[in-house]
Amino acid sequence: MLAECCATSHIGAMVAPAVKVDNLVKRYPAAVAVDGISFTVARGVTAALLGGNGAGKTTTLSILLGLLLPTAGKVHVLGEDMLRRRYRALPRMNFSSPFVDLPHRLTVRQNLLIYARLYGLADRRERIERLASDLQIADFLGRPAGKLSAGQKTRVALAKALLNEPELLLLDEPTASLDPDTGDWVRSYLETWRVRTGATILMASHNMSEVERLCSEVMMMKAGRIVDRGSPQTLIDRYGRTNLEEVFLHIARQPRIELEPAN
Amino acid sequence: MSTELSFSAGRVWAMLLRYLYLLRSSWPRTLELLYWPTLQMLIWGFMSQFLYSNSSYVYRAFGVLLAAVMLWDVLFRGQLGLSMSFLEEMWARNLGHLFVTPLRPYEWVLSLLSMSMIRVLLGMLPAALLAIPLYHYSIFSIGLPLIAFFAVLLILGWALGLAICGLILRQGMGAEGLAWTVVFTLSPISAVYYPVSILPTWLQHAAWALPSTYVFEGMRAVLFSGIFRTDYLLTALVLDILYLGLGASVFFVSFHNARRRGALLQMGE
Repeated sequence: MLAECCATSHIGAMVAPAVKVDNLVKRYPAAVAVDGISFTVARGVTAALLGGNGAGKTTTLSILLGLLLPTAGKVHVLGEDMLRRRYRALPRMNFSSPFVDLPHRLTVRQNLLIYARLYGLADRRERIERLASDLQIADFLGRPAGKLSAGQKTRVALAKALLNEPELLLLDEPTASLDPDTGDWVRSYLETWRVRTGATILMASHNMSEVERLCSEVMMMKAGRIVDRGSPQTLIDRYGRTNLEEVFLHIARQPRIELEPAN
Repeated sequence: MSTELSFSAGRVWAMLLRYLYLLRSSWPRTLELLYWPTLQMLIWGFMSQFLYSNSSYVYRAFGVLLAAVMLWDVLFRGQLGLSMSFLEEMWARNLGHLFVTPLRPYEWVLSLLSMSMIRVLLGMLPAALLAIPLYHYSIFSIGLPLIAFFAVLLILGWALGLAICGLILRQGMGAEGLAWTVVFTLSPISAVYYPVSILPTWLQHAAWALPSTYVFEGMRAVLFSGIFRTDYLLTALVLDILYLGLGASVFFVSFHNARRRGALLQMGE
């Protein structure tokens, strides 16, 4: 039974994209946060949801993580239906956000050990030591998580997110509130990690240079809709701008939402 | 078993470990666990000693007030122990991390129940043991019925705790105060310190709908007459199952609604 389940899952994993979203809607009594978006993220790439505040990026990530139920639409992650079988996908994905701290009173090591257990990892200590070395957090493994600097917290959150060697990593503003040096270090680490593991990264970001550097696919969001998509260079060329920030500003300042242009 | 329901003792242990780490990280919190039950026991022990020489009621069974105080604490601490572990996650805004792991909500609940029992035992055992040299009274003299009383009250505490946690999930941290207050509404009608017959008739009906009433009446039957009322125990257990089912339903429905509202990522101080 187990072999059958895993074999099916393995076959699914080979053919299915990392993320497939069809006509996703999230409606609250007072607002529509996500308004019928569809997109696919292929395996092994870094993609971004880009948009201003309230565009629907974090809502979309929350639905992909199974933390939020959509009003309508379909969501498949790593070939699994997140509305029906999210526990098949959750062990194979992870999430990091500088806005959601790990519990402050536990030490970094205690936090990581608990999450390693939640993911059912057998080689917990070895994996934590290895990540601590890679992410340069070994010196403060014994320190309470609440007493770390922003840069240290970001690296610890990344360690938590990489514990289970995820096939899909979801990141919400991965370098927010970091100084340029630390931000650059995190971006380099993520680039190297993705290339080494072949994993997929989907991030929500405001940081245009970060997206330009890391992502091969960008979905521009506004008022809950995807208004355009493509590689950073494609978008820059399409709008006749010199960088992604100018494209972002152009779209953000459009008074009327325009649906993405037809191909 | 489907993947959605497949159980992992390892995940329950992981969550239990989290609450034990928290307890260990703060000695004032550990001390607080011991402090209140011991203080209660001291106050009511001296009160019992005073009444011993002034009341024929207490004369007949010196330990009745002390036993009542300690058993009431099982209910109170059982509910509070569960709610406190739950609130730790709210204060830490940790639900967004926990529920992107394979942790199932019912596994989390099992860890909350286990931690509640650990907290009750940590708080109650020192107080119960201290009463032996201080007042020459051992609650363990109740014998095996004590285990039944303990279990019924702990389960009622869990039922209440789950319902309260469900309300906090629904209403947000503004409802946090319920964790410290709701249980006391049961105290006057649970016949903790006096027989249920003292209550007005209409209130007696409400009293007999609570498992705790059967425990305290049963406790007095053991201490005054040496009789263990199995009918009380069975009724209390049936009511316990009913209330635990209700409490768990409130919790799981609220959890599902929190997922619908997006509250898991936002819930916190």
